[in-house]
Amino acid sequence: MISALWVMVGISLLLGAVLGFSAIKFKVEGNPLVEKIDAVLPQTQCGQCGYPGCKPYAEAIAKGEAGINKCPPGGDEGIHKLADLLGVEYVPFGEGTAPKPKAVAFIDEQTCIGCTLCLQACPVDAIVGAAKQMHTIIAAECTGCELCIAPCPVDCISMLPLGEDISSWKWQYPTIPLVQVAAQ
Amino acid sequence: MRPLFKFHGGVHPPTHKAESTGRPIAQAALPSKLVIPLHQHVGNRAVPVVQVGERVLKGQVIGRPEGRLSSAVHASTSGTVSAIDMQLVAHQSGLPDLCITLIPDGKDEWIAHSGVDYRQTAHTDLRHLLRQAGVVGLGGAVFPSDMKSYSHKHQIRTLVINGAECEPYITCDDMLMRERAGDILRGAEVLRELLYAEEVLIGIEDNKPEAIAAMQQAVLEDKHAHMEVIAVPTLYPGGGAKQLIRVLTGIEVAAGVRSTEMGVQCFNVATAYCVWRAIAFGEPLLSRIVTVTGNVEHAQNFEVLLGTPVDELVAQAGSKPDTERHIMGGPMMGVDLPSGSVGVTKATNCIIEASSRLFPPPPPALPCIRCTRCADVCPAELQPQDLYWFAKARDFGKAQEYHLFDCIECGACAYVCPSHIPLVQYYRFAKSEIWQREREAQAAELARERHEFRLMRIEREKQEKAERLAQKEKAALAAKASAPAPNPEPAIAAAPATADPDDTLQMRIDAAVARAKEQAAAAQPKNTDALTAEQQAEIDAIEARRAKIREMAAHAGADDEPPKSNQG
Amino acid sequence: MWSSPFITQPSSVSQIMLRVLLALIPGIALYVWYFGPAILVSIALASVTALATEAIMLKLRNRPIKPFLSDNSALLTAWLLALSIPPLAPWWMVVVGTAFAIAISKHLYGGLGNNPFNPAMIGYAVLIISFPVHMTHWLTPHALGGTELTFGEQLGYMFNGALPAGLTLDAVTMATPLDTLKTQLHLGLSVDSIRDMPIYGHLAGKGSEMVAIGFAIGGLYLLFIRIISWHLPVAFLAALFATAGVFHLVDPVHYVTPLFHWFSGAAMLGAFFILTDPVTSPTTARGKLIFAAGAGLLTYLIRAFGGYPDGMAFATLLMNICVPLIDAWTQPKVFGKKGGGK
Repeated sequence: MISALWVMVGISLLLGAVLGFSAIKFKVEGNPLVEKIDAVLPQTQCGQCGYPGCKPYAEAIAKGEAGINKCPPGGDEGIHKLADLLGVEYVPFGEGTAPKPKAVAFIDEQTCIGCTLCLQACPVDAIVGAAKQMHTIIAAECTGCELCIAPCPVDCISMLPLGEDISSWKWQYPTIPLVQVAAQ
Repeated sequence: MRPLFKFHGGVHPPTHKAESTGRPIAQAALPSKLVIPLHQHVGNRAVPVVQVGERVLKGQVIGRPEGRLSSAVHASTSGTVSAIDMQLVAHQSGLPDLCITLIPDGKDEWIAHSGVDYRQTAHTDLRHLLRQAGVVGLGGAVFPSDMKSYSHKHQIRTLVINGAECEPYITCDDMLMRERAGDILRGAEVLRELLYAEEVLIGIEDNKPEAIAAMQQAVLEDKHAHMEVIAVPTLYPGGGAKQLIRVLTGIEVAAGVRSTEMGVQCFNVATAYCVWRAIAFGEPLLSRIVTVTGNVEHAQNFEVLLGTPVDELVAQAGSKPDTERHIMGGPMMGVDLPSGSVGVTKATNCIIEASSRLFPPPPPALPCIRCTRCADVCPAELQPQDLYWFAKARDFGKAQEYHLFDCIECGACAYVCPSHIPLVQYYRFAKSEIWQREREAQAAELARERHEFRLMRIEREKQEKAERLAQKEKAALAAKASAPAPNPEPAIAAAPATADPDDTLQMRIDAAVARAKEQAAAAQPKNTDALTAEQQAEIDAIEARRAKIREMAAHAGADDEPPKSNQG
Repeated sequence: MWSSPFITQPSSVSQIMLRVLLALIPGIALYVWYFGPAILVSIALASVTALATEAIMLKLRNRPIKPFLSDNSALLTAWLLALSIPPLAPWWMVVVGTAFAIAISKHLYGGLGNNPFNPAMIGYAVLIISFPVHMTHWLTPHALGGTELTFGEQLGYMFNGALPAGLTLDAVTMATPLDTLKTQLHLGLSVDSIRDMPIYGHLAGKGSEMVAIGFAIGGLYLLFIRIISWHLPVAFLAALFATAGVFHLVDPVHYVTPLFHWFSGAAMLGAFFILTDPVTSPTTARGKLIFAAGAGLLTYLIRAFGGYPDGMAFATLLMNICVPLIDAWTQPKVFGKKGGGK
């Protein structure tokens, strides 16, 4: 009886030592979860989640402060990915946070007065211009965050939804007539 | 006899080639208009270099190649440019692309052109000529030929000229070989010279005895050394470049590997023909042979000007009234055209007029029973049933692991599937889904980088500002120390100084808003008078791009909700 | 929009299944010749049950009924099950086995193409576990010249469980040759003396050996028209032959010849018709070889050392479990990626 007890104590000490050793030896720097969440987020930096950028939102999710359904640009698929990553239940978008079609900002260059306010608002520096010079958007780098719209004093920025063109066109999931429920 | 090799799988669909080989190649009538897409090749879209209303000559460049991988686009006949805008093109998506519409004047007036002696011309210049002549692979891949005809010495042993033409219905290469064998071989010789290849193997499927005879005859007549015409067994997709290389040389070129790395290069017979016309006569690629067959009165091959609307072409073969759709290419890999108004492109080897009598709609699909008939016929030696399973489940990682991108979309699997599953469509869906994800991941990465850089920049600017302030303060302190009249509060003096720019900015903005409102309508850029032609062309190009963006926006807007101009 | 390819070969699932059904006919004909027409009643009963169950399940699962009902796969399951169980099996056993095979082992897993286990073998396994006694009463072949039931009397037993006065079930039925072999070996007899018993013929059991040949002929037809690939039957028969051969060479007194194993029980039916079910067998060529060889080995081991006289059904089911693993392990190299480490 006593010997069994000793054996148990010995084993637990040994395992504890192994655990402690690996905790030191294989210590993970930083918070890899934040990086992983950040990798799932679309990096629009739009702040629609209520955080000033994707990284802060990722940190908030990692801490459990924010829900996973606060990112409209990530779409429904984004929520699914976050749910998979975090091992939590899928949560649909709340009221009024439905994703919009992907768009880029467009400056009406006739109206632009060159105030640079939009330049300061752009989270990814995708607007080119200088004071009193007409501004323009680098469409390829615009994330469609809409943060430049509100500051514009002359309302010359609009969002143009990105339609499909031939290079971005996708084949659709084949629809098999058979899967349809037999019409009665 | 040269030993031939086999590739795995393959199918024997009914060939239907005899219908269109009974008549010689006819010159198609000059159409009422030409719709010439600027993107007829792999790579970047050509940039328009003409203006609406301009008169152009036959062979004149109307789209210049943009970037390394691109090709020129020419006016197929003389006439007037009537539009440069988004038009439906021969693409599965049914989406419009930038096209130049040309109204022929009927004179067919050539621009000045002349050939060169390829033996006396530097290889770099020859390749430049091919690029400027818009020569691309006419077998269907439309890869710019100048990019394919580059090689170090002794790197390439074998040049394969592809005259296999394995797809049912298509006979354009067959007829070209029968009628213009000499020029094909001369073009092949140019390509051999460019590649320093040791031998030229011309592979032709053995169901084209006339073409084989004509090519063999031409080899003898012109005394081409290092050339051999080889009859290969008729087996779809034996005309795929990888499959033909395998059959002729035994070399297997894996997906993602350039065949030149393995000492082989492959060109289509029609490409070789165009190479010769471009080099020896200075004729750019303006027309191609197109088989018009299927539900027509008299199936035939036509020499068709690029841009000819399909409707006008098929009428010349007597398209029957019960035709429901036009298929561009063959029945195995072709494209269901969105409309008969699209122009013939460099990729258009065949137009099949389809009726539900000739091409009955596929029966409803049943579940996969894993019978592996698809795996038995797959020339890429894939497991199509597994790929289908993964694509269906949207398990794209697994699909890639099972070599989805080795699939050449030949359609053999779907052809034999007893459950009639649209297998190829699943693979295309999975591929484009994966591509889109990659694009999105790249965009996100770019945005992340730029955002992080911006944060760093703001931080740096803040620091610099703080340093400047500290320095000012120091200077002020020093001044205070040295000056007899002390400044009571230097901090206060500094504060308005920092606040000031914002205030004045706001004032300036208000003034500007007022000014802008006054002149809102009259706004006109000042630097648009007195432009050179080049500047004007550039502006036109930019306008065209803008028009395209607006078009796209309108297109998307039609499907979705109208674009919102503001948030919330 | 419609996408390429725009043409398809005129083949279909129902046509494939129909060919397999056709290929069963020589075996069935010999069955009737040697054992009487009772088997036809079993087959008919199983077919009706299978189609009805299939229709009900499709309806419950909200699937279109017509295309699936006409794919002939349910019929094939029914025929294979009926051929695996004793021809005199009471009607309710046929019905229960078939209904279980279709409803549970096929449709609960997602229907055609999605079932991991061979439905007919599941049906057989359920019956042999639930009603072991009934599963051991096989008809004696005509050639033995014993008491024989008329067709009417057979029907009477199947549907009423009643035999003509004065007859016991044991008088008109017998254990299978494999079963007899096993029992006699346990009693200490040698293989040679058992083989001298009247129920055995040249290869294996009288009558049943001919039925096995009939199935083999049908199987060869399927091989010839390329409905099945050679890998499965060849690997199975080779593995069965090799294992049985080794034991027979080492100890001929206690282990019968490999040929006896080939032509006994469900070996031929299994080699050509059961293992070759595409849904539940591997898709790669190497996988098929491994799968069928494994089934051959297991069949022998169960027959020689297991608790059941025949091992075909359990060997098939055990190997069915391994199919995803075998497939994953045996992925072939693709075009251009075979040479070296590329």
